[in-house]
Amino acid sequence: MNVAKRAQPISEKALIMSGYGINSEMETQEALRRAGMASEIVHINDLIAGRKKLSAYRLLVFPGGFSYGDDTGAGNAYANRVRNNLWDELLEFLDNDNLVLGICNGFQILANLGLVPAFGRKYAREIALMPNRSGVLECSFVTLKPAVSNHWTKGIERICCPIAHGEGNFQCAPEVLKRIKEKNMICFKYVREDLSPAKGEFPFNPNGALEDIAGITSEDGKVLGLMPHPERAMEFTGLYDWPLQKELLKRGLSEAPVRPGLPGCRPGTLPSESLNMQFFRNVVGYFGKRD
Amino acid sequence: MASAHRLEVQYKQDPRLKSRTARIRSLGFPSVQEVQLIDVYTISTAAKDFSPAELQKIGEQLVNPVVQGFTVDAATKGEFDFAIEVGFLPGVTDNAGSTARQTIEDFFKMRFREGEGVHTSQLYFVKAKLSATEMQKLASKLANPLVNRVHIKTRQEYGAKGMDVVVLRVHLDELLEAEPVNLDIEDAELAKLGKEGILDKKIGTRRGPLALDLPQLHAIREHFKKRGRKPTDLELESLAQTWSEHCKHTIFASAMDDDVPQGLYKTYIQGATNCIRKQRGKDDLCVSVFSDNSGAIVFDSENLVTHKVETHNSPSALDPFGGALTGIVGVNRDTIGFGLGAKPCINYYGYCVADPETEPKLYRGKGRANPLLPPRQILDGVVRGVAVGGNCSGIPTPQGWCYFDARYVGKPLIFVGTVGVMPLEKNGRKLYLKKAQPGDLIVMVGGRVGKDGIHGATFSSEALDSGSPVTAVQIGDPITQKKLSDAIVKEARDLGLYTSMTDNGAGGLSCSVAEMAKESNGCHVQLDKVPLKYPGMAPWEIWVSESQERMTLAVPPAKLDEFMELMGRREVEATVIGKFTNSGKCVAEWKCKAVMDVDLKFLHDGLPKKHLKSSYSQKKFPEPSQACPSDLSPTMLDMLKRKNICSKEFITTQYDYVVQGGHVLGPLQGKGQVQSIASLTKVVLSSRKGVGLSQGTYPLYSDIDTYCMAAAGIDTAIRGLIAIGVPLDKIALLDNFCWCSSDEPERLGQLKRAAKACYDYATAFGTPFISGKDSMFNDFVGFDEKDKRVKISVPPTLLISSIGIHPEAEKAVSMDAKCEGDLIYVVGETREELGGSEYFAYLGHVGNRVPKLDAAGAKARYAKVEKAIAGELVASAYPVNYGGLGVALAKVAVAGRLGMSLTIPQAMRPDYYLFSESQGRFVVTICPANGEKFEKILGADAKLLGTVGGQNFTVKADKTLVNLPMAQLEEAYKSPFRGY
Repeated sequence: MNVAKRAQPISEKALIMSGYGINSEMETQEALRRAGMASEIVHINDLIAGRKKLSAYRLLVFPGGFSYGDDTGAGNAYANRVRNNLWDELLEFLDNDNLVLGICNGFQILANLGLVPAFGRKYAREIALMPNRSGVLECSFVTLKPAVSNHWTKGIERICCPIAHGEGNFQCAPEVLKRIKEKNMICFKYVREDLSPAKGEFPFNPNGALEDIAGITSEDGKVLGLMPHPERAMEFTGLYDWPLQKELLKRGLSEAPVRPGLPGCRPGTLPSESLNMQFFRNVVGYFGKRD
Repeated sequence: MASAHRLEVQYKQDPRLKSRTARIRSLGFPSVQEVQLIDVYTISTAAKDFSPAELQKIGEQLVNPVVQGFTVDAATKGEFDFAIEVGFLPGVTDNAGSTARQTIEDFFKMRFREGEGVHTSQLYFVKAKLSATEMQKLASKLANPLVNRVHIKTRQEYGAKGMDVVVLRVHLDELLEAEPVNLDIEDAELAKLGKEGILDKKIGTRRGPLALDLPQLHAIREHFKKRGRKPTDLELESLAQTWSEHCKHTIFASAMDDDVPQGLYKTYIQGATNCIRKQRGKDDLCVSVFSDNSGAIVFDSENLVTHKVETHNSPSALDPFGGALTGIVGVNRDTIGFGLGAKPCINYYGYCVADPETEPKLYRGKGRANPLLPPRQILDGVVRGVAVGGNCSGIPTPQGWCYFDARYVGKPLIFVGTVGVMPLEKNGRKLYLKKAQPGDLIVMVGGRVGKDGIHGATFSSEALDSGSPVTAVQIGDPITQKKLSDAIVKEARDLGLYTSMTDNGAGGLSCSVAEMAKESNGCHVQLDKVPLKYPGMAPWEIWVSESQERMTLAVPPAKLDEFMELMGRREVEATVIGKFTNSGKCVAEWKCKAVMDVDLKFLHDGLPKKHLKSSYSQKKFPEPSQACPSDLSPTMLDMLKRKNICSKEFITTQYDYVVQGGHVLGPLQGKGQVQSIASLTKVVLSSRKGVGLSQGTYPLYSDIDTYCMAAAGIDTAIRGLIAIGVPLDKIALLDNFCWCSSDEPERLGQLKRAAKACYDYATAFGTPFISGKDSMFNDFVGFDEKDKRVKISVPPTLLISSIGIHPEAEKAVSMDAKCEGDLIYVVGETREELGGSEYFAYLGHVGNRVPKLDAAGAKARYAKVEKAIAGELVASAYPVNYGGLGVALAKVAVAGRLGMSLTIPQAMRPDYYLFSESQGRFVVTICPANGEKFEKILGADAKLLGTVGGQNFTVKADKTLVNLPMAQLEEAYKSPFRGY
């Protein structure tokens, strides 16, 4: 079993935001690299100072973290810093054919900026990621199922991701939820391991999110906010139950959630990467056709 | 015009309402119906005032309007019986307040000035019919008087006006000069000076312990007599810090008896490492040991990994949250401060506390003054402190443990550790080497200096009593440190902008600068350049303050501009506070006047040598008289429910153990999610290698024999890593001695035996010590309810932590049973060794036959296990530890959610066989197809006990001893801490 083959990188580049307690920039960069996209980690202050230009990139990622220690509400203070200093550049970026991805703290930032759901491209706060019902940070693995077929979910039957957040409890007003559903903006939902609905039940739905929502897109589909962390389990050995799956595979009893056709996934051998990599291939695939 | 405004933020519907209310009920207030929480921001300005429209804008920045509402200078309405507001005391770190301040500054493009700012508090609306006393009691569970202020109002008092606006200001009344201290006084008076500190003439009280004894004070007096002057208060404080037990480890360094003239550390700890390194020659695993902030071993041809484990016991006893938080972010700095900066990549914890279901009535002062915090509050606080520290810093916490004994009631032991990763070389520089050069500038980076943690180093060298200083309490600010860490480790280091660096921990600048001054042979500090949190601090306080989140760097003048510019862009405060020299002196000036001028040689080596005397006698305890129960099912359930054995999952799941993306074997394993004792993490994502961590500690064995206690700790720490597949020659150890009453010969005798065992077993296994720390006075001296003097000492506790490099992460083995039909073996010999075991403790006894280990036999056995794992023959492996074989088997079964049918030999009493804690053993499960190969490798070391499968966990000898449904076993294992 070998570490995943490196794809030939596409020419488009990603910008990964950092600073003030964002902390998942390096594994996000690694996941994108493995999927075939080069990226640069840029401190928000270097964007504000104009040392780097958002317009040089096609994908903007707000990675996971604890920006400002979740003080004044998770993602809120970092969103304020973006809104108070980078708003015009960001609007211009959104007007072009670009993607924005927010994972965990990044989703919380997107929600506070109003980049999702952004009905009619109006950027107002419509949703909230509230404190978990348990009142504490929850770290565990969850199973996600796509709720829609789009460029983010292509070829994905399920992904199995770690979560680690104190505020991931998706909530919004009934009329907002109605519009989100009508426009097919729910991207991923928390499910049980057999892919049946979690129906709010802990630990499958880890935080109490409305309708088991784990991630939504903007109305135009170009912005995705996602609470769980696919980038933190890129490899087969990053999944929580891999030792069991390995034994089953070795004995020909596989129930391993690996996608056939992935590198290294031949009978009798172990997959080198986890099924979560498909998500990043999809992100990269939006810009360049790749196999 | 000074003005203050109060913003109150409330969720329209709070999702935490239920869990919060349930928690408060569980703290002893079952009649509480509901507890609402309101976040309060108090904004105080001196020069300008915010207009109502501006305050509205500020409110909008601080809330999410979708789910929250806020009021400005108006009381939040609600249905409740009384309101409790908990805020900070002046000068205490308020992280949320600081974030709010930055947000407001960024929005209005303005700066708050000195004396202005934002502070936060929490307002609880409690619905419950409680008496005034009960109300006070509830409030005391929400706050700590050392860091918090509390205001309570009944519904009536609250009225329409609500709570009062409280503005916090730090008022200092210090002597703003350095002054000479007269040491030409009677010994009794001198001893008092050492114990209670310098008398502050201006305020008439003593400043807190110097922890200098008479011989040390005499040496200082002689030194200054020769120089023809009196020492300044700053010089005396500085010497006290540098010579403290905490910094110089005098007990480990001093000669002991006639047979250890070099001291315990050099003879047994460093001695073991030197011996192993010499034997290994070219295969030496060590890169840097004992000399830097952390120890380092080789990871691969390009990288090294560091490890360091610290304790933060005294501060955590006073303020568990702040103490533990400060501890974990502090040990992170031991990683950042290793060499030219390693990246923290794994956090680690260990807590020794009293049973959280007990509430002992003990007091630090007479007349029931200054009560000890209840164990539950200590546990909750430290768990949360390490959670906030690790989670906010983006460092995964996959590894840790928690141990309970009544004797930790006065001094809990809080262990915190951090692993770091660093390239061996960058741009031709070896990153693990550092040397400040004469002429380099001394730059302090990170947070500002306040009164926090003054006398931390000297105070942790003393036993906790009523005179313990309150300024020792500090609260960390992980985000400030994260900014600092990122700026140094991810940017400045690789640009080669500095030549040396160390952490500001114990002793603050006085220790960090003086330590680095050894590299260049001198320093000259300008204390008035040090940026302060608030004005009015005395020079000695600035010099020894332990305010957090600071590093000291040596920056060459040619690199200064580039360095300062980078720090500016990252919003990391950096200040030049002096220069490294080659004068051979440590000089500090205040307002252009030298207030410290001491030879480095005296500062670092002037400490008078001690010769310690120890004594030793082994105690005899009665053996238990209970007969073996004929049905061991209830016993098995009771054992699984024991606090040292059952699941402490509630801690694990609050800690982010997946950040940085390297999770391989986490803290909870298998479908049944059982806590293992070892974890595996990838710290270099492109590598197949991983870092394994484990540990061993057996405080109860110390009651019988500290030699066996240490041996068991070493063996378990090693065995934990062997079980996941780390080869023995890739394992290194760390020692943390937490002793008690180390001025008593009998305790020193116990210490000597433990240290001797460290040498014997480390050299036998070939596992070097790379770093260690000791804390020698973990005693509580106080009073009970009747004012009777009480002394409670922790059991001598040695934590052995292990770190090892796994060659191929995908060959790692987890603990859970995998498939029906798999064969179950015990590897290693079970003897009747229950002295100090969990089973004897359950029977109310200590016993005498403590587990003894034959290291040579164990080493040979581990080589066989290593071979079987490398050949991928092992489906699961788990090292037998607390509770013995019976508990280990049950945990493996629960982890796999699979039953077991087991038959045990009849030679030994069945309960003793099941619960003996003989060391050197594993439980392994093997696919039947691999059984023969496995047995061929292991030979007589493996004994087949049964097979995996079925709904029940059954154990037979001549008759059925245990027969339990798996669900019942899992429930017993998981129930004790449910609701925590």
